[in-house]
Amino acid sequence: MALVYDDAKAKIVEFVESKSKTKSKFYFNDLCGVFPEEKQRDVKKILNQMVAEEIMIYWSSGSTTLYGLKGAGKQAAAEHED
Amino acid sequence: MAKHKTPLLDQLESGPWPSFVSDIKDEAETRHKNPNGVDYQIPVDVCDDLLGILELSYVEGETHWKHGGIVGVFGYGGGVIGRYCDQPQAFPGVAHFHTVRVNQPSGMYYTSDYLRSIMDVWDRRGSGLTNMHGSTGDLVLLGTQTAQLEEIFFELTHNLNTDLGGSGGNLRTPSCCLGESRCEFACYDTQEMCHTLTNDYQDELHRPAFPYKFKFKFDGCPNGCVAAIARSDFSVIGTWRDKIRVDQKAVAAYVGGELAPNAGAYAGRDWGKFDIVAEIVNRCPSGCFQFEGGKVVINDKECVRCMHCINVMPRALRIGNDRGASILLGAKAPILDGPQMSSLLVPFISAEAPYDEVKEVIENIWDWWMEEGKNRERVGETMKRMGFQKLLEVTKRKPDPRNVWEPRHNPYIFWKEEDVTGGWTRDIDAYRKKHQR
Repeated sequence: MALVYDDAKAKIVEFVESKSKTKSKFYFNDLCGVFPEEKQRDVKKILNQMVAEEIMIYWSSGSTTLYGLKGAGKQAAAEHED
Repeated sequence: MAKHKTPLLDQLESGPWPSFVSDIKDEAETRHKNPNGVDYQIPVDVCDDLLGILELSYVEGETHWKHGGIVGVFGYGGGVIGRYCDQPQAFPGVAHFHTVRVNQPSGMYYTSDYLRSIMDVWDRRGSGLTNMHGSTGDLVLLGTQTAQLEEIFFELTHNLNTDLGGSGGNLRTPSCCLGESRCEFACYDTQEMCHTLTNDYQDELHRPAFPYKFKFKFDGCPNGCVAAIARSDFSVIGTWRDKIRVDQKAVAAYVGGELAPNAGAYAGRDWGKFDIVAEIVNRCPSGCFQFEGGKVVINDKECVRCMHCINVMPRALRIGNDRGASILLGAKAPILDGPQMSSLLVPFISAEAPYDEVKEVIENIWDWWMEEGKNRERVGETMKRMGFQKLLEVTKRKPDPRNVWEPRHNPYIFWKEEDVTGGWTRDIDAYRKKHQR
């Protein structure tokens, strides 16, 4: 079943917000877990679109990249980025 | 006078080697003098503060850098590595000190004008400090602030036709040896393949979705000038299927002393007369090289492509004419489980543009690794965990004797568990009833 962008976006946001008490950043694999039936490359397209719309952001350590909702977590405030 | 006193760093300058401390001090001084009238966009004392915070770390024995962050250019998940210091009041010049990775041209060919243009951007919008090149090959620009990132990206892409490199869980900046541009040993056009795949896999390079890093490196021959076999997850190494071409007259010239072995590379000392038996025959790892009756005889079927004979007598021995590449998979550095070299997956593959065969292997591996790989697991670790046989299965390749180290080393590579009665486990008690120890 092909992913519909708006539905997939809502599911990802719901998943990420449901974990917001303990986590603000997620591995790509964690987010693929929301759509176990889908190809990972299709999930990636959805996430790319969400980054382009500035709903999600990338967080990079230089060796590992995580995805998070824009503005979530301490990082943005702590670095005076917002 | 220096902004911060740095007695511990100063000591590093006293050794016999060129010191990075001296280099940073030079740059600090140049920035203050500003002989070229650069309109600095980040604090002029960035280099002073860099030395200051490093000195503090030496004094206290702990780092003042925080790791990572939400930095990057719009739409890119890699290419910029965020660095923030945790003492921004004391060292405002390095409150942000982000690294920008810039994709090097294939084979690292530059014009001096290009390098000057890069440095013009970097002197103005960054610290002026660089690392050329990083381990993966990028031009590494060290130290800028968040507000400059989009500006740098714009100037690089629009004025210099240059893109950012890779970082994070994505395809890292591919790199290659200089290949056919200068080297007669190159078995395929490494620069062309590196450039083509870099362009074709832009999404994988800039938008991370892999479990961890993934590196391509392209060596034109088994001499391995970019050390693909040791440093890249996906190592492409040039090879040939036919015979080493032998020019017996040139062999005689080497033996007779008219031609210098190793192209004269070891001419600095008197090593004595060139002795082909000692220098080549006895050093051939598979014993396939013989010197009989004044002529070289090579049993090419046994040749393991060590390149030694060709390197010693390049005028007499040349790579074969039926050329392509071998693909090996899984090299990594020793962060977990120790270092690992790549394992031979495809003994020979066409290395002609548009590289469809190579891309098919790559994409099959990615599909499998993205699905099965754990977070922060290199493909070489996935391969070890799930077995080389699994890798053959996902890449749709038949097992080949060259996939194993030696005959009978691991015959299980040819069978699946379901093909064998009882699978890989057995009831040892039931077995012992019938078979004594």
